[in-house]
Amino acid sequence: MAGGSRGSAPTSTLHGALRLVDYWATVYRRTWRGSIVTSFVTPLLYVLAMGVLLGGFVDADPETLEGATSYLAFVVPGMVAATTMTTVVGEVTYPVMAMTKWNRTYYSMTATPLGVPDIVLAHLGFVAFRVTVTAAVFLAVTAPFGVYASALGVLVALPVQVLLGLALAAPLYAFSAGLRDETAFSLVFRLGMIPMFLFSGAFFPVANLDAPLEALARATPLWHGVDLTRMLVLGVPDASLALVHVAYLLVLVVLGWWWAVRRLARRMEQ
Amino acid sequence: MPDAPTRSAAPGEPMIEARGLRKSFGSFEAVRGIDVDVRRGEAFGFLGPNGAGKSSTMRMVAAVSPVTGGRLRILGLDPAADGPAIRSRIGVCPQEDTLDTELSVRDNLYVYGRYFGMGRREVRDRVEELLEFVQLTEKADARVDDLSGGMKRRLTIARSLVNSPELLLLDEPTTGLDPQARHVVWERLFRLKQQGVTLVLTTHYMDEAEQLTDRLVVMDKGLVVAEGSPLQLIREHSTREVAELRFGVAEPGAGHDRLVDRVGDLAERVEVLPDRLLLYTADGEETLAKVHERGLEPVATLVRRATLEDVFLRLTGRTLVD
Repeated sequence: MAGGSRGSAPTSTLHGALRLVDYWATVYRRTWRGSIVTSFVTPLLYVLAMGVLLGGFVDADPETLEGATSYLAFVVPGMVAATTMTTVVGEVTYPVMAMTKWNRTYYSMTATPLGVPDIVLAHLGFVAFRVTVTAAVFLAVTAPFGVYASALGVLVALPVQVLLGLALAAPLYAFSAGLRDETAFSLVFRLGMIPMFLFSGAFFPVANLDAPLEALARATPLWHGVDLTRMLVLGVPDASLALVHVAYLLVLVVLGWWWAVRRLARRMEQ
Repeated sequence: MPDAPTRSAAPGEPMIEARGLRKSFGSFEAVRGIDVDVRRGEAFGFLGPNGAGKSSTMRMVAAVSPVTGGRLRILGLDPAADGPAIRSRIGVCPQEDTLDTELSVRDNLYVYGRYFGMGRREVRDRVEELLEFVQLTEKADARVDDLSGGMKRRLTIARSLVNSPELLLLDEPTTGLDPQARHVVWERLFRLKQQGVTLVLTTHYMDEAEQLTDRLVVMDKGLVVAEGSPLQLIREHSTREVAELRFGVAEPGAGHDRLVDRVGDLAERVEVLPDRLLLYTADGEETLAKVHERGLEPVATLVRRATLEDVFLRLTGRTLVD
């Protein structure tokens, strides 16, 4: 058991994060069946209830639907982006608390040559992977409803989900990593996720809101994600607006990353 | 199954070197300037009550908690600059289990080995060796949730050995275990020691320190109050034997202090605890006989060898486990 150590220090953050791939793969092997079933069933339920059944009553003028020809076409891309958000929130709230507090798994990782940035990168990498799978299934399952304008738009919408996912995941991860008590999560759900889900343009055009509320809705990351997804899959891209969306989401990723590494490092020192 | 040491290191080379080491949390000083030297192949202990600064010291030595002041070198390296390199060569068994309770026993070891950059095959072979070593082969596919406390501890120890560390840090390795489970852990640690692994452990159990360590420091309130081998410390700070006289808990205010007047001259030193007197003496039986001659009638008596508990009591005026 003694003798020459077989360990080595990673040469970069990416190198360190890659050492965590087997951990996340092991975790995923235990849970993927359930998550895949959810990924298949959820979009079908949403599209049937909101798009087909509720949408059947919505007699909106296509002029007001941001380029969609029907309410079904309007609401499907909105739900793609909204599902990206709910997936992310599920991955970086309680699971992070489990690793800092309940199982203290992160403490076992920081006892090894791995550094805090390596750990954050691997965890967010796993979130990106989960978003990719969930969004790919959602887009595939909803394709037969015939609202997508082109395969290319749908293909580009997939990395957009990853960008939106990370823009939401990184700051929320940072918040969770420093949290002592899980009751704050119910505030995240009630004051953050649910209002964003309902009012960020996924189910109705934000122009329907009063001016101050509309401005508020346009400031949310989800609205940027919804709008970008919608213009891509419906084939009505607006290059300059798309650039604003991407820049906004990228800034959130960068700031969130910086905050996440800082918060987790502080937590791990205690 | 011991691995042949491959690192070209002379025995006795310094593994830990601390000078004036300090750690503060805000205005609270957990470690207030300690000097520690641990050499290759030693089994070294930090003995002290809860809150003495043992765990804070261990976390600095493990290169996870930044040093507040003083100098610290681990394996000759500075933890502030070479944390990952240090951590790649040491093993850490934390006080609280940090196992992934939803993964199997084997998976816990496997993923941990991968953090050290070991190849998949290498880790798999190593995991089977370690399962054997801590007698968990039959539990390899069980979920950690289903293990007993003693098994979890053994798994944590196995995990800390995955990279064949040169230095193994154990923070309270047997706290919370029943006596039988403690002995199993001790026996495994003793085997590691025989194989030449440098062991550094913290404990508030004097018997653990006596069984496992060659040399130890006694810590109290963030300072080192004594240093030496268990035997040396007992010789320096205590008599060979102790006669214990139990009297039942004293009335508040009254105490057993007046009893001291009647037996004080029979021993080198007398300690007064709430329920008993401890008479420090070279020959306990003889002292006890004299106590009886003087007409004292304790509820119970006991003659025993002095232990590190007595050293601690002498140095700090308090018992180790309250």
